[in-house]
Order: sequence, then structure tokens, then C-alpha cells
Amino acid sequence: MFLKVEQLTKRFGGLTANHNNDLEVHKGHIHAIIGPNGAGKTTFFNLISGFQPPTSGTITFKGTDITGMPPNKIAERGIARTFQTTHLFEKATVLDNVMIGNRLRTQSGFWDAIFRTRRERREEKESLNKAYKVLEFVGLPHLADEPIAGITQEQKKRVAFALALATEPELVLLDEPAAGVNSGETDGLAALIKKMTKRGLTVCLIEHKMAMIMSLADRITVLNQGERIAEGTPKEIQNHPAVIEAYLGGGQPESSRTETV
Amino acid sequence: MDKVMNIRNGVILTFIITLLLPFIVQSQYVLHVVTMALIWAISVYGYNMNVGYVGSLSLAHVGFFAIGAYTLGLLTVKAGWNFWLAFMAALVLSAAIGFLVGLVSFRTKGHFFAIYTMCVGFIIYLIIDKWDSLTGGVRGLIGIPHPAPIGPLTFDTLTSQYYLVLFFLAVTILVAKRLLHSLLGRTFLAVNNSEELARAIGISTRKNQLLSFVISCFFAGLAGALYASFVRFIGPDIASIVLGFEMLMYLIIGGIGTLAGPLVGTLLMVWLTQSLQFLQDSRMVLFGPVLVLLVIFYPQGIVGGITNHWRKRRKRSDLKHSESKLPKQVPSHRVNARR
Repeated sequence: MFLKVEQLTKRFGGLTANHNNDLEVHKGHIHAIIGPNGAGKTTFFNLISGFQPPTSGTITFKGTDITGMPPNKIAERGIARTFQTTHLFEKATVLDNVMIGNRLRTQSGFWDAIFRTRRERREEKESLNKAYKVLEFVGLPHLADEPIAGITQEQKKRVAFALALATEPELVLLDEPAAGVNSGETDGLAALIKKMTKRGLTVCLIEHKMAMIMSLADRITVLNQGERIAEGTPKEIQNHPAVIEAYLGGGQPESSRTETV
Repeated sequence: MDKVMNIRNGVILTFIITLLLPFIVQSQYVLHVVTMALIWAISVYGYNMNVGYVGSLSLAHVGFFAIGAYTLGLLTVKAGWNFWLAFMAALVLSAAIGFLVGLVSFRTKGHFFAIYTMCVGFIIYLIIDKWDSLTGGVRGLIGIPHPAPIGPLTFDTLTSQYYLVLFFLAVTILVAKRLLHSLLGRTFLAVNNSEELARAIGISTRKNQLLSFVISCFFAGLAGALYASFVRFIGPDIASIVLGFEMLMYLIIGGIGTLAGPLVGTLLMVWLTQSLQFLQDSRMVLFGPVLVLLVIFYPQGIVGGITNHWRKRRKRSDLKHSESKLPKQVPSHRVNARR
């Protein structure tokens, strides 16, 4: 199993944000996690990417137990993530942002910096080339020199993808990649996510835009109040009574086809 | 391109002026003040490599300046060590203590880090002040020797000491520059920009913060050792918080995180302090409001403000150009063009 989460629990004092959740993500899949606000989706991502230690449970990535590892070690092992509120190095240009993404694949340290060693120069060039490559992949090579403050929300989302991709991940966790962009742009981002999996990446995403999820995801996990209430293909989820109840408080099956949330 | 040439020429011109300064300036007093300013500048550059690059505001910086000064002073005066051996020991000890302090203090963040390091700085001050038998307490330490000659080079005269300090400042600036434009420097800036995002892309924030802290302590120690050998008398007041805040003020006014900021800020403020000496401590009434205005309108100090201004102007002229031209091509290899 590519990513396997077993019995994962996170408690904040008396509040259980995640309760005994299981998740299995297959290589090359797009796996969506949905659920009403406050369902514990982002916490779930924080646990997998190491930003918060779980209270109990295990996370296994490619056969290695990564539970409780710090985020930078998890990133080194090939899990990249983006943040819900588009999170970039605001003071830098697009290129500088993406270049630093390659840092964990480079070795140059203090002495390399001071003496500008061959390694430093080589790795700098590699980082630059890779930055252009991922910017091309997300379709923004023309914005390389723009400061982050000067680009649109949708472009920021793409830069965040590029930054994640620059770390050479195998699994990408996307936290609401299409929040705050219009529907045309959403389609573009969906196509980009599809393109990532074609390149052999595995994607796990949190999203509220149902039309996008239903057409994109191979599998969907539904969380509600910290617990997994359903998992299956988009078709199964659409007709799952527990899901319908969680979203609509007990409605008619056909109403599940509406764009919710 | 014009601008780049101008900056370059400016640097060369500044360098020539500093080289010729002892011949231009006849007054020993002025040369003394300038040498002192250059020593402060070394310390402020070190400060910048921590506060400006990685963004952790340490208030213990002046403590490491004092550690450098006292290590040199005690080893030469009391232990009778060879000057340059003691000098090296001062640098190593400053960095080593910095490492140990950093190990603990980076467990705290933000304001707590600032407060914690301020306490560390104060403890260093107290140790120097109270440990009478070792440091001489409030009486201080007298008779620290001038730098020992290196081959044919002697450092007995003010002019030669000026050049020695200038040499170390040049090395410091070179390190600051190389560091800023390296992958490590980019990593520091990433940690400064957003710790959370830096960690998400695989950067160990703790490791980088600690490294930059040790580097800054090293240069604080260097400045301290130079100070001790230049002034030849040291007292506990060189570890005082007031001096620490003065260094921070130089940095903020010059431009935090910029390359020229520490030098510009230090020279300007030392000059102002000298010219306003008749006001004594009430010159702070003047400095205070200026500092507040600067932080509000130019958070990146004088140098940061000027660079931003240039950038805007260049952008405006770029826009004018691009109206008549096609969008410019993205150059494929610009590593070198960017420096």
C-alpha cells in the first residue's frame, strides 16, 4: 500500500478532531477527502504531513512508519503539501519561491556558500532549471520574475503546486486547491491535477467543490465530526445515505446531485 | 544595466575612499571614531545574518560581543597567551557558547525568543560584572595588548589598526554577501518568510536558525576581540543591554536584511551621535521619533527604502518600454546575471 493510515486519532483537550480514522491511498490515484466544515479534514492532513503529532494511530508511507516524524523529514520522504490559505513566500518572486522547493534535494551548506564551491554552483543551476521546469508544468514560466503580490489568486494556486512539485514528491496533499477561484479557473486546476497523476504522482486532496471532486477523484473518503462515515467511488458516495445526511441533515437521494456547501 | 553599473561603481568608490581615508583625514580623533564605527559595523553585520536573514530577533548579541572581548582580554592579560591564539580562541568560544545558547533558546519562538535571549544577554552581563576575581568586575580589564605583528606587519599605530579592522570588515561583508546569495541564504530567507511553509518543503527550521545564530555570534565575537585590542580597556558596560539596542538601532536604520544596511546604518548613526554630542543623552529625544517614523514608512531602513524606490522606477520604465515591444523572453540561464 502506498499510503496507509490506521486508527488515527487526534484530540485537542476534550475535542476529538479525528477519531480512529483509516485511509488507504493507491499509487497513481486521486483520492479526495470531503466533509462539512469542521469535519477534521485539515487536521487529518496536518497529521499525515507531520505538522501535528497524532494522539494515537499509525501512518505508513511506502512501507515505512512515518508517524510522529517532523514535517521536513516527511517532505524528504516524498510527501509534499499545499495549504488551505494559499501560502507562499510573499516577499519573493515566483521563481525564487519555486527554486527553494528544490532545497531538500541539495547538499550545499555554509562553506559551499562562502567559497562558492563547484557543488554550490552546480546545485544552484539545478534548482533554477528545475524551477523553470515545474513552472512550465503548471503553465507559468512567463511569470517567473513577478513578485507574489503581483499575481492572481489562481496563479498563486499554481505557484503553490509548483513549489510542492519542486520537492520531487511522490504524494501531493492539496488542501482546498480550488478555493477562491472561479469556475473556469477551477476546471484549469482540475486539469492540472489530472496532469500530475499522468506524470506518476499520487494526489490526495481536500475540496468543497463537488462537481470538481466527482469528475476528478478515483476514490472519496467522507469525514464528519472527526469520523470517517463513508468511503468509495464518486458514484457510491453520491448515493450514500450517511453522506447525504451529513451534508443535508437527512434529505432525499436526488438532492445529493446539487452543488452543496 | 545602468543601475547595476552604478551600484558596482559605488562599491568600488566606497572601497577606494575607505582605503585612502587615513591619508585624506589628518585628524587622529576622526580616524579613531571611524575605526570604532567599523568595529560596530562588523558586529551589526553579524547581527544582520541572524535577525535579517533568518528573522529570529536575538537580544543576546551584545553578550557575545562581550564574550569575544573578554576572552581576548583575559587570555592575553591574565593567561599571557599569544595574541593571535587568544584572538582565535575568542572567535571559537563566542561561536561555541552561541551554539549552546542557541540549542536551548530556539525551543522558544517569536517574542519569547527575544525575551529569553535578552535574559541570556543579561546573565552574561552579570557574570562579567560580578565575577570580580576573574573579570575584574566594575574596575574592568586594563592593559590589553595591541594586535601582535604578523611578519613585517605591525599594528602599533592607529593607521595600521584602522587597516586591520577594515580588512576584517571586508571579510565580514564578503561572507554576508556570499551567504545572502547562496542556497543556504535562500533557505534562511525562506525560514524568515514562513516557518510553516519552509518545513512543508523539507527545510529544518531549527537547524537553519541555529546555524545563522552561531554565525552571528561568531562575528559578534570577532568585533568584540577587535574592540578589546583597539581600545585596550574593557568593562562590563560593553555587555550592557543599552549597547545591544544601539546595535539593533543601527541595523534597523540602515536596513534589516539588506547587504549595505549595517554599514550605512552604523556609519550614519555614529556620525550623528558624534555631531549631536552636545545634546548628551537627550539626543535620544531626537533619535526616538526618527526611529519610529522610519519603522513606519521604511520598515526596511534606508537601504531597503532606496532599493524599493529604484525597483519601482525601473518597473515604470520597463512598462513604458514594453508598450512598444513584444513581451520579453525568459532568459534560460540567469544565475550569473542575477548577482
